[in-house]
Amino acid sequence: MPALEELQEQAAIAFRDPEFSDSLNNLLRDYAGRPTPCYLAQRLSDRAGFPIWLKREDLLHTGAHKINNALGQLLLARRMGKRRIVAETGAGQHGLATATACALMGVPCVVYMGSEDIRRQAVNVAKMRLLGAVVEPVESGSRTLKDATSEAIRDWVTNVRDTHYVIGSVVGPHPYPWLVRTLQSVIGVEARQQMLEQAGRLPSRVVACVGGGSNAIGIFAAFLDDREVALVGVEAGGRGEAPGEHGATLSLGSPGVLHGARSYLLQDEDGQVESTHSISAGLDYPGVGPEHAWLKSTGRVDYTSVDDRQALEGLDMLARLEGIIPALESSHAVYHAVHLGPPEEGPVLVCLSGRGDKDMATVLDGDQAR
Amino acid sequence: MTGPQPLRIRSVLSGHPVPAILISYVMAGFPRFDDTVPMLLAAEEAGVRMVELGLPYSDPLADGPVVQAAGHQALSNGMTVAKALAQVQEARAGGLAIPLVVMTYLNPLLRMGLGQFCQRAAAAGVDGILVPDLPLEEMDELAELAADHRLAMNTMVAPTTPDARIAAAGRLSTGFIYCVSRTGVTGASGASRDEGTALLLRARPQTVAPLVLGFGVRSADQVRSVAGLADGVVVASLLLEEASVASRPVEAVARRIRELGA
Repeated sequence: MPALEELQEQAAIAFRDPEFSDSLNNLLRDYAGRPTPCYLAQRLSDRAGFPIWLKREDLLHTGAHKINNALGQLLLARRMGKRRIVAETGAGQHGLATATACALMGVPCVVYMGSEDIRRQAVNVAKMRLLGAVVEPVESGSRTLKDATSEAIRDWVTNVRDTHYVIGSVVGPHPYPWLVRTLQSVIGVEARQQMLEQAGRLPSRVVACVGGGSNAIGIFAAFLDDREVALVGVEAGGRGEAPGEHGATLSLGSPGVLHGARSYLLQDEDGQVESTHSISAGLDYPGVGPEHAWLKSTGRVDYTSVDDRQALEGLDMLARLEGIIPALESSHAVYHAVHLGPPEEGPVLVCLSGRGDKDMATVLDGDQAR
Repeated sequence: MTGPQPLRIRSVLSGHPVPAILISYVMAGFPRFDDTVPMLLAAEEAGVRMVELGLPYSDPLADGPVVQAAGHQALSNGMTVAKALAQVQEARAGGLAIPLVVMTYLNPLLRMGLGQFCQRAAAAGVDGILVPDLPLEEMDELAELAADHRLAMNTMVAPTTPDARIAAAGRLSTGFIYCVSRTGVTGASGASRDEGTALLLRARPQTVAPLVLGFGVRSADQVRSVAGLADGVVVASLLLEEASVASRPVEAVARRIRELGA
């Protein structure tokens, strides 16, 4: 708890310090590639029958929105005098972003990753090691993201004096959900401005995928007060609604506590956390950011799900029609935007949170299965 | 059967200046589902003065590899909160007289309902509870319910806990304060005795609550070294390791407890 209090205090001070904002904004612009474009996907729009705009987080350095958070937290760790970084990763995108930021700033980095995910994401593991990070396999539990998160927290509490834990999503104990939201809100701030400038109006709907929920909170944050803008979070429907077959925490879970946050949780009748499945490793998490639980309860955001097969279809569609191969996570949002939303009067904005390079092996497996 | 008596925990721990009492950790449903009751009774017979009963949880954040593995096996064996409480009741019926503290993570309790849990735990003969993932700031509701059912609420501190927070942990505790002998998780090898000693020395002036040292205690020497500083010492990973490899786990654990000089 004292470490969390220190983090909250230091982050609040940093966010008000122009020097911190300048350093972060310079890195985001010159190193990561911000602002990312907001792109009117014309052929996809023709297919859907209404305009669809893509917020191109897939064009960022390391291939996903995760770098926004990693760079911010690394600058924060430096201010706090922490000389060692730990992180968890599922698909490897957050681990890769953290390893990259650590290489940039010359800080040792340990990334915990479930042994099952290490097997599924060999290329990202090789990249992290190339960047100088130590990738620690996690053999406990389901050997995926939730277990990697537990192990990273264990490392952090053991080495808290000199170590900062860079959590990858809007989950975990306070202040992490707030901290990560703040660092990811750049997505929505840019996108809102871009829509006003390029489309001449706000979108009628914003769609984003939700695992832990950081890209979704990041893009939703700027639109929460625009009551005329509908917000839709798309979870992993996986292979079906049976326990262990999906990652649709908000749609099918119930309130509980995991990793220091009270939110929705996939759990059995005894309060044990259930295993999850999604074709996209980044949505394969039994919890979800507590702010999403709040936004669900107030009705401000609608949460729904898209299954594995539909996500693959979303990926195919964007590849064929736009020449953009999205991450399987983002493909859930693409599919929903085109097929499952109500008929539109205005433009739909999709958060294209990452690119699909990491998913080629999964896509090939899927092709063989078809 | 012994009814719940929160003061029992304090009275067992307040025997200064005598050596710290030995507290053994038992994982409910480990290594086999039905080992819990014989394990509890054997621990008492081997001389421990209090027992900490761990309820298995799918995501045990504060536990090291040994306790994690034991919990995983206990869950595979079908252990649940309700079944563990039934085993406590059975152990009490079988003559278990020493205080018993349940260590459990928060989510299974929320699922059962905090009030429901406290009522059933008290009825089963539990004396106190320890919830490692419930911070002091969030403890009020459970502490009140525990008090209503005459269950002792125990709290935790670590070497990184500031003095003022140790004092707050003491104010909230109606049982003991669990002092983690090193920052981190249970069973880490090479536990730093100095860090544990330093914590105990720092904690003592902050509170009147009994201090129990845990996490990484492996030898009779270690137990003796904190005599006069700690009121109790918890041995966990060592006993679980013993239980996981022994062909007769209950006897093996009892033998190990005797070696530790209970």
